[in-house]
Amino acid sequence: MIIEILVSVCLVISGIFGLVGSFGLIKLPDPMMRLHAPTKATTLGVGGALVASMLYMHFINGNFSFHELMITLFLFLTAPVTGNFIAKTHLHLNHKASDLPPTGTDRPWATFESDAMREKIEAAEDAKAD
Amino acid sequence: MIEYALLFAFSCYGLALLMNIYRIIQAPGPGDRILALDTLVVNAIALLALFGILEGTTVYFEASMIIAMTGFISTVSFTRFMLRGDIIE
Repeated sequence: MIIEILVSVCLVISGIFGLVGSFGLIKLPDPMMRLHAPTKATTLGVGGALVASMLYMHFINGNFSFHELMITLFLFLTAPVTGNFIAKTHLHLNHKASDLPPTGTDRPWATFESDAMREKIEAAEDAKAD
Repeated sequence: MIEYALLFAFSCYGLALLMNIYRIIQAPGPGDRILALDTLVVNAIALLALFGILEGTTVYFEASMIIAMTGFISTVSFTRFMLRGDIIE
């Protein structure tokens, strides 16, 4: 009975989070804001669904498997990477380096730093360290 | 009780998939389209997990693992292509 309640709660929470994530993708006004909704809410939603599935399989169906944990771990590891890549794509397609707010250091935004500039700055830092 | 929760989760994810497809068709930029495709993949994995609960089998987890990997690789290659115009440099 307790397991049933737990599985149902996990399922409902996961459904709500999945819906909120996809709704945010449509509703939010700015591309950078839209990035937040799927990468966070939907990842949590699918995590809830997989936890519910694991509990159900172990306690009610009687066969435990690690696959759900593997999928959850994989999604939790890859969601930030894809989010970062999409944010970079958006920055490079829609903004110039001069439009962005200052970083507060001598160096520009990391994704806009050219290789030559990076080498020069790092050589200067090495010289200062020596 | 689980049946009703499953029904609720199924309808939530179905609606979420429809929203993602709407966003893929009508997006303000390519970044949003890639994001919508990535979300579509994640929602499809959740739907497969729910279907596994409904059927009471663990067969679908291999499928969802493969979908997760393909989704990640495709998202990364899409974004690499948008960034550099080249996937493997």
